[in-house]
This record gives sequence, structure tokens and C-alpha cells, in this order.
Amino acid sequence: MFAELLQYMLSGLTIGAIYALAGLGFSIIYNASHVINFAQGEFIMIGGMASATLTASGVPLPLAILIGCGGAMLVGVLVAKFAVERARNASTVTLIIITIGASIFLRGVAELVWGKDFKRLDAFSGETPIQFLGASMQPQSLWVVGTAAVLIVAIGLFFNRTLTGKAILATSHNRLAAQLVGIDVKRVVLASFALSAALGAIGGAVVAPITFSYTEMGIMLGLKGFTAAVLGGLGHGPGAVAGGLIVGVAEALGAGYISSAYKDAVAFVIILAVLLFMPNGLFGKRGTERV
Amino acid sequence: MKMLATTDLSPDTMSQARRVGPPILKVEHLSREFGGVLAIGDLSFTVAAGDIHSIIGPNGAGKTTLFNLVTGVYKPSGGRVLFDGADVSGMAPYRLAARGMSRTFQNLQIFFNMTALENVMVGRHLHLNTRLLPALFRFPSLVRKDREAKDRAAQLMADVGLEKYIDADAASMPYGALKRLEIARALASEPKLLLLDEPAAGLNATESREIDEVIKTVAATGVTIILVEHDMKMVMGISHRITALNQGRMLAEGTPQEVAANADVIAAYLGAAP
Amino acid sequence: MNALLHGRLTGLLALGAVIAVLPAFLPNNFYLDIAILAGFNAVVCVGLNLLIGYAGQISLGHAGFFGIGAYASGVLVGVYGWPPILALLTGAVVVGLLAFLVAKPILRLKGHYLAMATLGIGIIVSIVLRTESGLTGGPDGMMVEPFKIFGFELYGEKVWYWVVGVLLIGVVWLSLNLIDSPMGRALRAVHGSEVAAEVVGVDTARFKVLVFVVSAVFASVAGSLFAHYAGLITPAKADFFKSIELVTMVVFGGMASTFGAVVGAVVLTLLPQALTVFQDYQQIVLGGILMATMVFMPKGLLPTLAALLPARRRA
Repeated sequence: MFAELLQYMLSGLTIGAIYALAGLGFSIIYNASHVINFAQGEFIMIGGMASATLTASGVPLPLAILIGCGGAMLVGVLVAKFAVERARNASTVTLIIITIGASIFLRGVAELVWGKDFKRLDAFSGETPIQFLGASMQPQSLWVVGTAAVLIVAIGLFFNRTLTGKAILATSHNRLAAQLVGIDVKRVVLASFALSAALGAIGGAVVAPITFSYTEMGIMLGLKGFTAAVLGGLGHGPGAVAGGLIVGVAEALGAGYISSAYKDAVAFVIILAVLLFMPNGLFGKRGTERV
Repeated sequence: MKMLATTDLSPDTMSQARRVGPPILKVEHLSREFGGVLAIGDLSFTVAAGDIHSIIGPNGAGKTTLFNLVTGVYKPSGGRVLFDGADVSGMAPYRLAARGMSRTFQNLQIFFNMTALENVMVGRHLHLNTRLLPALFRFPSLVRKDREAKDRAAQLMADVGLEKYIDADAASMPYGALKRLEIARALASEPKLLLLDEPAAGLNATESREIDEVIKTVAATGVTIILVEHDMKMVMGISHRITALNQGRMLAEGTPQEVAANADVIAAYLGAAP
Repeated sequence: MNALLHGRLTGLLALGAVIAVLPAFLPNNFYLDIAILAGFNAVVCVGLNLLIGYAGQISLGHAGFFGIGAYASGVLVGVYGWPPILALLTGAVVVGLLAFLVAKPILRLKGHYLAMATLGIGIIVSIVLRTESGLTGGPDGMMVEPFKIFGFELYGEKVWYWVVGVLLIGVVWLSLNLIDSPMGRALRAVHGSEVAAEVVGVDTARFKVLVFVVSAVFASVAGSLFAHYAGLITPAKADFFKSIELVTMVVFGGMASTFGAVVGAVVLTLLPQALTVFQDYQQIVLGGILMATMVFMPKGLLPTLAALLPARRRA
């Protein structure tokens, strides 16, 4: 009974950690540019595919992850520079379509480069399950949760302790004011895309041994990441992390106790329920419209 | 702030013999806070029907917040707003509009996705058939009344001096014209009480005088007007009564002469603009 | 007034003329089929444009309503033996009610929060359709019986072409009527400035709900007829990608333009067919075209083209 619950919680936290990284990615980009980047899932896919295919051709795992990460960052910067930056003043829905166009484009390229079939990546430290209070856990889950935790803390430090991080935060609060004090707002947008891409790609690499990699793996992960970001309150970093974990755990519990077929619906039911009562998410700012 | 003391007060509006109408708006112990900061605190005053009643005060005195509270854009934290004898505190703006209250905005709120004429026609909303099925199937009665609304909107635009912009896109109009467009739109709803939030802000002297004339003409038709305005010459010239605010609280109230002579008011203005 | 009326009539006549002569230029049923699919998409997009283009509210879940309409017809006719027209109407009423119930709370949301909520509704609908395989046939979809009415059976591309053509003209007519009415102005006012609309008496919440319901019902009716035409429906017709496709058509053609929505639907229905020549590069080209058009023509195809013409009339 308890062991079962614990089992669901653990698998929920594992996938929730990936949602948290994706959600954080959405929030970072949203803060810098007020764009919802629907290509966020593609960064995860690039990380997963690159590390799986590169290791298969003999590249050592850490280098493979690094290359995947760098590739995703490059792609992120290109999307920001050639699509988002040029459409600055377009409407919300136009920007959404631009990033969806980018995600279709990236999936197309990925299919061309890597093909449509599933790619396998070996677990980083074996597959002997770890027993824990009656529940068993794949060592890879520890890798996922641990990596996510390190990245999240690093991101927190980055935003609070470094000048670049503070510049990004300043831009998110007031773009014009940031510009006036000499922050290069365009570079902030590029940096935020690169950062989000790195988060996504590393997440994709560590989760790949659990989910397998395929060119469409980013679609649902991306949407769940968006859900996590909205659940926490758009632009609220810690909120996105909490949102990701909540969605992950709720999904695992739903799959375990209710119906595994409806697993993917859980996140969206939660978000609808929350938005009903808290239209700005759990931790979002409650602004009064100025007229 | 020399202006306060030396403004020549036109005798016609200041005549002591003028009959004071029944109260159309009563604000009782109204307050509103934002994150612990009191924007309006324990404010009470009454506006008499038929008056041009101005609200003055230095920047940050809470004038626009007061407008937002009275017109239902914000909900009060405490106190009441009575309109035409009924408690309307926190009532949605569209319901207040149906009861005869409309307003303009300090920062323009124009429908930039429409023509100027259509902007004013939206103001006729309450007087037209706005149901779905008649619209979908273009009932003849709806089309006929819509045509009348169009003529009426064109007339209103002419009344505020916008005849040359009738076919213009709102997005292509200059600032001064948009200020008047807001007034025409509000008038199209046939309000009993019209709140004007800085109608002359950003206008040159000539334009200001023209707005001044528009306001007087509207008031002459029996519409009660509450005016927020920084142009003291305009305020002193056309107001029947003035309420002065400072930091969300009542500072003084009375006729323009009384308020202009009030030591607190002068101090507040001098203090705010050293 | 005259000019506006003129514009309405010219547009409708032009659309009617194109629909009337088009079959003469289509060599076979394959092309007729594409034209029919474009027509169905156009019907949904005209409705969706009322919501997105005119009232300024995003929906990333409208394929869900299309799907409910389609499956209502599939299930009620196929499983329960209802007359198709009754199934279509029931689907429309159910979608209308559902849209009404969800609209009030979710349309309070703004921008991306609204996008999230509508996206969620669409995805939940498609997951239900995919999972309740006892009724819906699951991921493989279900066969749908032909549309029979008064003893006639609508059969073949030639018949369906005219059905969809007439439906599209009707829907465009309704949309043009609505826009040029007090309610239509109220919708555009909601887009322009909600607070300004409120202070002249527009109950913004009511109009947002109404237009959401109208656009959902348009989608449902199109879904029902599509199900009978295609004979096979799958949950993919209700999923996230279909929703995105519909929104893209509206924005691509030009927001706040009824004919823009039609043009967008037609162009983006044809495009994937045309892109099959690119084979493996199809997705890349499609994604690239979407990005490029939105970056360089953020207002969409028709308004951009109209702006190039001498400024005589608005589309």
C-alpha cells in the first residue's frame, strides 16, 4: 500500500523533474521576450537524439551530451534571432504560430538527420533497481532527479548572483528601463533562448534511457512543460519547477490509481481546475489593470 | 500656482442664484488600498445633478483611482458609492453604463481596430438590438436601427468637431482628435453622469479651449459632469463645485473661489510642485 | 453604408462565382476531394476567425469541437441508428452547451493563460475520443455511415462539393452579417479595449461567451458533415495539431477578415498536397513557410495584399 504509493511518487518525481526543466525553459524565455516558445520540446528532443545517436557511434557519453547541448543552444539562438526577434511587435497568436512553425521545421530536420525510429541510450550507471522502503527505482531516475536539481539550483544562482542573470531579470520586469540602463535587450533574448535550450537538451539526454528517443518525443514533453509553467504562474521560475513536479506526481498517481490511458489528460485537467480559481496560476502576480 | 489665485472667475457659472440639483452621486467613506498602500481613504462627497463637478489634486492624489472606483473598474476596499439613490458599489461598469454612467480615460482607450465612426457607434450599444440571431440573419428592424445609430454617431462626431474624421480609421487619427472621439463615444450612450479624466491633457491652448466649449455644451443639455483636469484655468472657469484631494483624502471642497482660497489646497500644490 | 453593403455583396458574389466555376478546372475526383476538404476547413476557420480575429480571443482547442461533432454523428448514426440530421443537430447542441459551460470561466483568462486553457480542453477531448474505444473505435477511428436525408443519400465528391460550397457561402454570409451588426461591433470593441467597451454598456463577458459558442458550433457542424463525407474519422481530427492547423489558417489568411479566413484555409489545405513533391523535406518546407509568412506578413496574407493595392477598400 505505502510501497505502491511511494513507487508512484518516485516515478512521478522523475518525469516531473523533466517537466520542471521544460517549464523553467518556458518561463525564462517568457520573461525575456513575452513569447511562449512552443519549440521548447524540440530542445529536449535534440538533447535526447544527439546523445543517443552519438554514443551509438562511439562518442563518449559526456561529450555526446555536451555536443547535443551545444547544438540545441545554437538552434535556440537561431530561432530567437531569425524568427522571434524579427517579429517583436506581432500579436500573441502570431508569435505562437512562429514558434510552432519552428518546432515543425526542427522535427523535419531531425527526421532527415536521424530517421523516424526509436533510438536507445544505455542507462548511465546500469539498470540494477535500487530498493527503497519497498519501492524499486531505476538508477537512471536518480540521474534525472539529481541533474534537474543541480541545474535548477544553478539557474537560481545564475539569476540572483551573476550580472547577466540580473540583466535578464531586469529586462523581464521592465524592458524599456533595462534598455535605458544600458542592457542589450536583444542579447538578453538570445541568452534566454540559449539557456532554455541547454536546460531542455540536458533534460532530454538524461531522460532518454527511460523514455527512448524519437523525433516526436518533444511534443508532449513540451506541452507538459508549458502546463508546468502556467501552473506555477508564467514567468515565475520556482513556480514552474513546482508546477512540473506537481504535474509529474499527479500524472503518476492518476496513471496508477485511476487509469493509465488517461495519464496524459491529468496535467490538463489540473491546469483547468487551477486556472478556474487562480487565473494567474499558483504563484503568478495578481495584477490590476491600469487604465 | 499663482494661477489658482488670479484666475478670473466667470460670473455666469458662479452665480449664487443657481439652483442646486438633487444629489446624483454620493460617495460615502470610500477607500481602496493597493498592497497595503491607501490610494483612497475614507472619502465622502456628493455631486449634485446638473453640475460640472471637478476633482483636483496633485499627481498621485488618487483622482484616477477615484474614477475607477466610481465607474466599477476597481472594487472598493470599503465604503459605498450611491448613484441615483441606489448602492452601486463594485457594480460592473457595463451595468453602471446601463444606469446612465459613462466616462473617458486619461490614457486613451480607443478601439484602434475600427473606424472613428464605428468607435462612436459602439457607444450606441445600449440602445440597439445586440442579440445574436437578429445579427446573424440581418433582421430588417436591426438594419434600420443600425442605420439610425450611424447617423446619430455622425452627428455626435460633428458636435465635438470631428466631422472630417468620420470615415477615418481610429488608428490614423491625431491625439487631440482621439480625446474628443472618447467624449463622443461616451455621449453616444446617453449618460446622465459623464466622468471626464483629463480631457485636455496633452492638448494645445486652442484645442483646450475647444474641449472647454464641448464640455459646457454637454452640461447645458442636462448631463452631470465630473471632471478631472490639471488645466486650472479650465477647471476654475467651468466648474460649479470642486473637490480637492491629496494623498487619497479629502483636502477641501466648495465653489471654485472657496477652493482657490483654501490654504491647504495652496500648500498641497506648492508642496507637490516645489 | 452603401459601400459596405457593396463590399459584402461583391465578396459573396466573388466567392459564389469561384465555387461555381471551380469544378470545371478540376480534372478528377482527387482534386475535387481537396477542394471539399478546403471547404470544410474554411467553414471552421470562418467561425474561428470570429473568435480570434474579431473578438481577439485565442483558442488552441477548436479541433476538439470539430471532433465532438464528427464523433456525435459517427456514434449516434452508426451505433444508435439516429437519422443523420438529428445527430448533426444533437452534436451542435452538445458542443454549444459544452462551449457555453467552459467559456464563462476560461474567457476571463488573458493571452497565454487562455491559450493554455483552450489547449487543455482540446487535448482532453482528443484523449477521451482515443480512449473510449468501445464507442469511438479508439486510435484507429471509426467508420461513419453516409448522410441520408428524405430518402436521398449524399454520395460522391460531385454531390459533396456542392453541399460544402453552399454551406461555406452560408457561413460566410452569416459571418459578414454578424460583423456588420451591433453585436459584431461589440465583439471588435472587446478586442480593441475591454474596459472602454464596458463603460459604454458592453457586457464583455457575455459577448466573449457568445462568440466562443458560435465558433464552436460552426466547428461541430463542419465536423459532423466531414464525418459523413469522409466515411472514416480518427481522433487525430480532434487533436492538438488539428487545432493548431486551424488557428494557423486563420492567422495566415489574415485576422479579422472573413475572406482572409477562407483564403488561409484554402491555401494551407493545398500546401501540404503541393509539398508532397518535396517528399522527405515536406515538414521542413511547411515549418519554414509558416515561420517566414508570420515573420514577414504578421497581419496575414489577405490584409497584406490588400495594403499593397491602392487604399480603396478594406477586405
